[in-house]
Amino acid sequence: MSRYTIDVSKEHCPMTFVKVKIKLATLQPGDILDVTLLEGEPLENVPKSAQEQGFKILEIIQIADKQYKVSIQK
Amino acid sequence: MSIIDSTTGGGQTEPKNLKKLSIISFSGDFDKLVATFTLATGAASVGYEVNIFFTFWGLDAIKKKKGRAFLGKGFLPKIFGFLMGGLNSAPVSRLNFFGASPGVFNYMMKKNNVATLEELVEAAKVLGINFYICEMAMHILGLEKKDFIDDVKDVLGVPTFLKLSEDGRTLFI
Repeated sequence: MSRYTIDVSKEHCPMTFVKVKIKLATLQPGDILDVTLLEGEPLENVPKSAQEQGFKILEIIQIADKQYKVSIQK
Repeated sequence: MSIIDSTTGGGQTEPKNLKKLSIISFSGDFDKLVATFTLATGAASVGYEVNIFFTFWGLDAIKKKKGRAFLGKGFLPKIFGFLMGGLNSAPVSRLNFFGASPGVFNYMMKKNNVATLEELVEAAKVLGINFYICEMAMHILGLEKKDFIDDVKDVLGVPTFLKLSEDGRTLFI
């Protein structure tokens, strides 16, 4: 099991979602991806769409003002 | 841009499969192509099946030659092919300023960390979005499948596209 990180907090729609989706596709089962993103639409939709696609959300924690880390497991 | 409910021909019930988006890409305008590829990549990245049916000027976006080239069989298609060009020659639908605006937009997009049209097209390829060519438009413009990027899945007629887009949402851009 490996752990990866991606920071999409400086990205805008649709690349916020595109970059996470492409990164998730490279993971092996059991791997974890820590996504740094902003509150609002990215925080609402990245975990939701990952869950809908069969990924597990391990935790969502606030790491700075308006910035969160979402841990997603394949 | 208009929305067509493909299950009812514009009726009131919701499409059955909300996870499918089909886009008819008619315009070869820079801004409308940005809208097409933004919607397509955004939808694909949250798990939608996405089909893009390129017809008429929309075909310019998926030509192998991204600049101006005398593409096509016959005199008139070659002239049209040269005047329209490819992805890098797409004009803005308003305030094009003799072709200067797309470059200005690209500059502003990069400055604001927003994906450029070229980056969106590349993302669409990586996300496995299905690209289809309208058979009729391809023939009118004197083009062949080999004139288009290898990522094109197939050349289709209207009935096949309608079948593909069934039970999802369809946009005309």
